[in-house]
Amino acid sequence: MLYALAVFAPLVGSLIALLFGRQIGDRAAQTVTIAGMVLASICGVSSFVDLIYSGVPAGVISLGTWVEAGSFHVEWALRYDALSAVMVAMVTCVATLIHIYSAGYMAHDNTIWKFFSYLSLFTFAMLMLVTADNLLQLFFGWEGVGLASYLLIGYYYDRPSAGAAAMKAFIVNRVGDLGFALGIALLFMVFGTISFDGIFAAVSQHQNDSYHLFGTDFRALEVIGVLLFIGAMGKSAQLGLHVWLPDAMEGPTPVSALIHAATMVTAGVFLMARMSPLMEYAPYALGFVCFMGASTALFAATIGCVQNDIKRVIAYSTCSQLGYMFIAAGVGAYQASVFHLLTHAFFKALLFLSAGSVIHAMSEEQDIRKMGGIWKKIPLTYTVMFIGSLALGGVYPFAGYYSKDAILEAAYAAHTGVGAYGFWCGLIAAGLTAFYSWRLLILTFHGAPRADQHTMDHVHESPWVMTVPLILLAVGAVLAGVMFHEQLLGEHWEHFWGESIKLNPANKVLEHMEHVPGWVRLAPSVIGLAGIALAYIIYMGMPALPARVAAAFGPLYRFLLNKWYFDELYNAIIVRPLFCLARGLWQVGDATIIDGVPNSVASLTGASSGQVVKLQTGSIANYAFAMLIGVVALVSIFLIFLR
Amino acid sequence: MNAAGFPLLSLLTFLPLVGGAIILSVRGDDAVVATNARYTALWTSLIVFALSLLLWVRFDASSAGFQFVESVNWLPSIGITYKMGVDGISVLFVLLSTALTPLCILASWESIQTRVREFMLAFLVLETMMIGMFCALDFVVFYIFFEGVLIPMYLIIGVWGGPRRVYAAFKFFLYTLAGSVLMLLALLAMWSVAGSTDITVLMKTQFPVAMQTWLFLAFFASFAVKVPMWPVHTWLPDAHVEAPTAGSVILAGVLLKMGAYGFLRFSVPMLPNASASFAPFIFTLSVVAVIYTSLVALAQTDMKKLIAYSSVAHMGVVTMGIFTINAQGLSGALFQMLSHGVVSAALFLCVGVVYDRIHSREIARYGGLADRMPAYALAFMLFTMASVGLPGTAGFVGEFLVLVGAFKVNFWLAALGSSGMILGACYMLYLYRRVIFGKLTRDDLKSILDLSPREIAVFAPLVILTLWMGIAPTHFSGFWEASVAAMVDHQHAALAPITQLAGIVK
Repeated sequence: MLYALAVFAPLVGSLIALLFGRQIGDRAAQTVTIAGMVLASICGVSSFVDLIYSGVPAGVISLGTWVEAGSFHVEWALRYDALSAVMVAMVTCVATLIHIYSAGYMAHDNTIWKFFSYLSLFTFAMLMLVTADNLLQLFFGWEGVGLASYLLIGYYYDRPSAGAAAMKAFIVNRVGDLGFALGIALLFMVFGTISFDGIFAAVSQHQNDSYHLFGTDFRALEVIGVLLFIGAMGKSAQLGLHVWLPDAMEGPTPVSALIHAATMVTAGVFLMARMSPLMEYAPYALGFVCFMGASTALFAATIGCVQNDIKRVIAYSTCSQLGYMFIAAGVGAYQASVFHLLTHAFFKALLFLSAGSVIHAMSEEQDIRKMGGIWKKIPLTYTVMFIGSLALGGVYPFAGYYSKDAILEAAYAAHTGVGAYGFWCGLIAAGLTAFYSWRLLILTFHGAPRADQHTMDHVHESPWVMTVPLILLAVGAVLAGVMFHEQLLGEHWEHFWGESIKLNPANKVLEHMEHVPGWVRLAPSVIGLAGIALAYIIYMGMPALPARVAAAFGPLYRFLLNKWYFDELYNAIIVRPLFCLARGLWQVGDATIIDGVPNSVASLTGASSGQVVKLQTGSIANYAFAMLIGVVALVSIFLIFLR
Repeated sequence: MNAAGFPLLSLLTFLPLVGGAIILSVRGDDAVVATNARYTALWTSLIVFALSLLLWVRFDASSAGFQFVESVNWLPSIGITYKMGVDGISVLFVLLSTALTPLCILASWESIQTRVREFMLAFLVLETMMIGMFCALDFVVFYIFFEGVLIPMYLIIGVWGGPRRVYAAFKFFLYTLAGSVLMLLALLAMWSVAGSTDITVLMKTQFPVAMQTWLFLAFFASFAVKVPMWPVHTWLPDAHVEAPTAGSVILAGVLLKMGAYGFLRFSVPMLPNASASFAPFIFTLSVVAVIYTSLVALAQTDMKKLIAYSSVAHMGVVTMGIFTINAQGLSGALFQMLSHGVVSAALFLCVGVVYDRIHSREIARYGGLADRMPAYALAFMLFTMASVGLPGTAGFVGEFLVLVGAFKVNFWLAALGSSGMILGACYMLYLYRRVIFGKLTRDDLKSILDLSPREIAVFAPLVILTLWMGIAPTHFSGFWEASVAAMVDHQHAALAPITQLAGIVK
């Protein structure tokens, strides 16, 4: 029951704020939603503790029928198992902190009630997603976070860029969603059900089913795996469908924290972990997952190194970290991928919120080229952001160290070609991650102040409603790794995960991880520290160097700065042709061709009757003459043919 | 008699005409007549709606047969009876008609100021025709109502429409009439074989396969125009653009369902072989409709035209679902019809709201309305999302079930047919962004008013329905579950000999 409360409390808060926000006022709406979230997180954490540590059995809470058509039957239900419970606990905790932080950050906004309502709606949708007991309800949450992110990214709707970014996020996600929806349909066709228990029980039975596509027969499970992953690519911003994520920072900063840390982007990773019993039997699909994850991890990290917007750097780091999670999922180490998801939630929320605190202090400035020299003025923000960066960079003993190392070890231990690709991409990306994190830290906080005097005078530490969540998240970023490492990934992982993650008996990645060579364990730390050192030397020691390097490698620099020209490419090959085609179909297809036929029939009729009318002259002589001709004709016919 | 104990369906059908007679008898100066006409029409339609709720309560969803049946000998010498009845497929469309009519009357309360009496009269006649059409169980009776709908609608567009109303009204009338003539021929042909025009008899009659082809084409000509399917859809945008708001609402909400209903009532059950062999043809047209009209919608600069094109795309999903002839496809098609009836009606009302204030449908004329009209922005958002097919709203269930049904036929049919998921998001969000988002710059928009209580009263039921249908769709789909199952069985039974034969040949 607590569990249901954890899911629905945010919804209630959201609805109250949305429907009555203007009547009860901002303060009340804010209080109601935060209260709902606090309640949710208490319930969420306690049901997590109950399940894992107090031995309460896993189960399903049924809430009634949703869709029914013939044999297609879908329930509203909340699934209560380790994977769902740990996600619920994480989502509610992080989201609660973000709610509290927003009370300070958004204090000067005009429609606070709306903002808080959307935030809670976002959380609710994510909770529905992670507690789903079937794929359709998961899809409900999936699209729900899409809607909430659309509303929040477009929150400053009077800015054209925000409207565009919101639309982009929704539509790009929809591209992935189509793949997801098709995956669900195929699943139904193969399994005859889309509830998780039903699917998982029948996987071995259907593992050799085939599906005919592109002229050849594929194994149905592989097709399903790839289709579901296409959905995950959209939501989790993997290479190709990642273009929405960096733009999503048009929303207020707490929204970015929510999108990047607790909700939304982790949905794809969650889906892969949830479907692990099926994915385990789709090795090629998993290889594809690993390949895309590895490519994204490296690709996004390269872009992160040259961006100048504080939030954009962090956004690309999210993209890259999500790549790591897919590497892990792709080599069958779902536990490691969820582990990284959890630690990442803490330190990424921390990074975004401290970036928000910086932006707040710098009078809404976001360009790190116009910052610097503020660390003494906002020491607390500086400290927590430093901690966040240590965790992101994977420095011992911070949270990221444990999870990132585990992923790289797993990739190595997989002993497959694609696993090796994942390992090397991940390793290089680890170096780049450490480099850009310190580049960001140094440019933001150290060196000579580059902001104008007026801004510098106003630099101030944020109020306690903002700093307390930061401190709590920092604690999480320090402890989450060391606390959960052994439970999630250790020998007795089955004790923690129960039935929620089921592996193919042939999958021994976790065991092999224990036996990787020593250099594999050390490499990420060494590379990470090297990245930090490099950033330190360049940006602290030789501040003039970066500009010279950028000038020397102009094309490469611009290529990275412009994000590999993905936006331009998509504009050129998709958006503009589509609009051209649309106008063409409308003006040529509809207006000229399709409408041309009836319109010209009509005008032909009009014109010909106009001609025929001329026969009616009114002159009796003419009529009599015409009659005479007729009579002559009839008589002749009679004489010729009937005689 | 029937489940209601009195001829409920006939009462529902003809009660609006009684209201119409009362309106006609009102005398006095113009203002009084107008007010009386409005109230009479509203009350009549509300009473009809209240009565129609009996259908909701008393309908036995476990039965696939016709219920509330009434039958009176009309022309016994040639086998024509006046026969009414509803089954799971038609019952909710009767309710949709009775529910939308009062909303339309309420929506025209202030926007119609000329010839109010005649307008209300036309609307009540329209209601009679719509309800009669969904209830008719005799082909001749059906034909009369089916054609009768044209007359009031033609007047509504032609008299109270926009500047190009005459062109639009003629186009509407001629397009739909041209198809219907062929249906009349089909009717005669069927009568000559079956000796009766009773729909229940016709459904059991087996028509020769060669004849089915011709009958199917004749029906197709009539229903495809009504749906409308690509490429005979161009009357719709014109009709919508010129029609007054209430006209658009009824046109999108109910009239577009007539074509699809025709397919479900006649083509599929009576002509099973032809339906199976023409299915690929219908699929092709449907997929083209979804992609083509979605793209055209993207290029529109007129709000109403955009939504009109989106209707064509959504109806493409419906025709696709119908001809998959499996439980999910049919159920999805029915659900999509119903949800489109609610959602597109609501979207046209949304356009009507700003049109009443600014008198322009030009998208570029607006922008930044979220500032001044938060309640409107919220309602519009909900209906936009429903139109896009967001889970939890009415639009999702139908679209998804059709996707599942289509997947059983073919992967590409499902993939291309569902590309509306993406394209729909493109044009609807692009519309929303241009109208609601952005900076409020125009002076006349700075003083624009949010929804009035009357408008809230119009939107509230639609909001509730949209969410209700999205969250508990079984409350609705339960009505037709048995009928759909029967239809699928019937189809299998009819095709069984052929399939067996094919098995032998193999």
